[in-house]
Amino acid sequence: MDFNDTTDEADFRAEARAFLEQHLEPKGDKPLRQRISGQEFMARAKDWQSLKAKSGYAQITWPKEIGGRGGTPMQQVIWNQEEAQFDAPTGPFTIGLGMCVPTVIAFGSEVHKQRYVSPALTGEEIWCQLFSEPAAGSDVAGVKTRAVKDGDEWVINGQKVWTTGAHFSDYGILLTRTDPKAVKHKGLTMFIVDMKDPAVQVRPIHQASGGREFNEVYFTDLRVPDSDRLGEVGQGWKVAIVTLMNERLAVGGSPGPDWAEIMEYAKQQGTMGDAAFRAKLADWYVAAQGYKLTKFRTQTALSKGQTPGPESSIGKIITANHLQDICNSAIEMQDHYGIMSDTETMPADALFQQSFMWAPGLRIAGGTDEILKNIIAERVLGLPGDIRVDKDVPFDELKQG
Amino acid sequence: MNFDFSEDQKFLGNEARKFLEAECSSAVVREVLDDDTKSHHSGLWAKIVEMGWLGTAVPEQYGGLGLGTLELCVLAEEIGRALAPVPFSSSAYFFTEALKLAGSSDLKSDLLPQLVTGDVIGCYAASEGPGPVAANTLKTEFNGSNVSGTKIPVTDGDIASHAVVLAKEGSSSSLVVVDLNGPGVSRVPVKTLEPTRGHGKIVFDAAPATRLGNAGSGAILHDDIMNRAAVLLAFEQLGGASRCLEMANAYAKERYAFGKPIGGNQAIKHKLADMYVKNEVARSNCYYGAWALSTDVAELPEAAAAARLAASDAYWYASKENIQTHGGMGFTWEVDCHLFYRRAKLLAVQAGAPPVWREKLVRALEQKNAA
Repeated sequence: MDFNDTTDEADFRAEARAFLEQHLEPKGDKPLRQRISGQEFMARAKDWQSLKAKSGYAQITWPKEIGGRGGTPMQQVIWNQEEAQFDAPTGPFTIGLGMCVPTVIAFGSEVHKQRYVSPALTGEEIWCQLFSEPAAGSDVAGVKTRAVKDGDEWVINGQKVWTTGAHFSDYGILLTRTDPKAVKHKGLTMFIVDMKDPAVQVRPIHQASGGREFNEVYFTDLRVPDSDRLGEVGQGWKVAIVTLMNERLAVGGSPGPDWAEIMEYAKQQGTMGDAAFRAKLADWYVAAQGYKLTKFRTQTALSKGQTPGPESSIGKIITANHLQDICNSAIEMQDHYGIMSDTETMPADALFQQSFMWAPGLRIAGGTDEILKNIIAERVLGLPGDIRVDKDVPFDELKQG
Repeated sequence: MNFDFSEDQKFLGNEARKFLEAECSSAVVREVLDDDTKSHHSGLWAKIVEMGWLGTAVPEQYGGLGLGTLELCVLAEEIGRALAPVPFSSSAYFFTEALKLAGSSDLKSDLLPQLVTGDVIGCYAASEGPGPVAANTLKTEFNGSNVSGTKIPVTDGDIASHAVVLAKEGSSSSLVVVDLNGPGVSRVPVKTLEPTRGHGKIVFDAAPATRLGNAGSGAILHDDIMNRAAVLLAFEQLGGASRCLEMANAYAKERYAFGKPIGGNQAIKHKLADMYVKNEVARSNCYYGAWALSTDVAELPEAAAAARLAASDAYWYASKENIQTHGGMGFTWEVDCHLFYRRAKLLAVQAGAPPVWREKLVRALEQKNAA
């Protein structure tokens, strides 16, 4: 039992670090909040992605033929760990390269692969995922956005919601309903859509946190050629599953202040002597270590060339609740003062206040706590799925709220 | 990165599991549970001795197998799973580890080989009454050659042949070894929530005792021994918690109510998913504790505390919600759920309850932070 790299891993880590040091600034002490708006940031992000692609660090596990490195999952983990130490603008490409483009590779034609993969890899083109709708969140197979065949084209009308990055994306993968007479999961079809088409309208969502990182997307008589269909007509759910399998990997990560930050803050406030706080701090440490060390177990499996065990599925359930709890306590520790949220004047740049408002979203995005628990119960523990009242009913006869 | 047990260690664990499944069924555990005159299973104990498990982390020069604490962790998990009603932890984690840590070479040469062969059964006597053990308020006193005072409860104190005793010495404290079959020792069994593990009250009246380590080193040694034992106990807890999840999961699939398995209800599914998450958090922290114990690094105090806290929480949750999942059946004497509930509580309070370890952990973090 040890925490050391193998010789090959150490060599790759050194190589990656040297490359990063040559091109980026270290992150420093404070977590930087990436702003994925702003032309300056986007230009920097595209430059960095292009350099990574040229140098063999974009999509390390992809085969060389499509521009990857042909490397191992372990090398990707090492790269991610090292890149996270630097001020790297990676945000805009995560969903496209992590979820959308792999779906295009799996289900698209040769023409699609030739056309789309390379520009996505080099950061020239950005992709978004158009699945969730106002009435189709956890039950995403309930989408209503309608695609109707018209000759060699499909005419699409409807609305998507919570689409990350739609406002700066060039293309998207769109889950539509093509047969409302079929049962829910059978009447779906997936398409590639051009986000710059005038029939596509993107409106930012004003989130509860105050930010506007997500969007609503409206389609009004959008015409898509049949050749831009991904998978067979009526097989959209099968395609969507491939996309969603990648979601937890793309969404994971440690999102904000943790035990060390609140401990530092308690020291400044002179509240380290509080027994109730000390007890909570211990539990936060145990949970944070549990999350970190479980990733080490996953990494160990990858390092040995094995498939990670199901323990890798516990991450977001722990981290999202953990973040919410820590921020809540930090604010209560400040008493009445803690309600103030000005980043210029509040301690720790109001990081606790900001994350307090972000945490509810984190518990929902990429699978709610409840859905993730269902997944653990059904896929890991083998418990029966819910009895589905919508199973044998044509979609257009289903009860809808 | 190799944050896992080796193939050999996993093999050892598998073999131990097979052995215990054959030799330590619930019927065996219940022989002790249902017989007030028994506080351990002597037949199982003899077989465990024969397997050489007590010498797992004892060097070969003292008759042990010369493996290490990682192997002992692997065995601990299996012993916890099987609810083995034997004085393994008292002898192997507490007494043997204390001796290895601070015993003179004479004492080690004398006792370690006998611990391996089971001729000596060790126990660890610290508690004197309600509340956490504190080295500066002990009533039991060592005068340089004899020890006097009362220790209660002492796990396996009713059947052990030797005890390591935490005692006041002058203005400080020391650890001493006492032959419990020698003069000046009287003991009686005490009734506990966990009848499959023996407990005693031991009264020392000028009992001859040999100091472990230097005079006045009691508090420091006690702390170190607790850190080591905490990791090993955490593996027993992990084994028990894993078994509870398996039991609850199996029952949720076979028990039908309202025309379907109860495991199809989200209230049950989410409960079991929570168990799974807690167990995995415990497992990861246990592995880190095992690594810290086996390499004797400076991180041991926080690693041991985190392993103990995570495992105590996981076992508490899994053992109580396992009963809940079983419903009325789970509250009967005949169904095994309560055996785990009982063992979970013993393991959580033996060697310091969670509040003690939370404070120890935060102190360790503060020290690290100040350094």
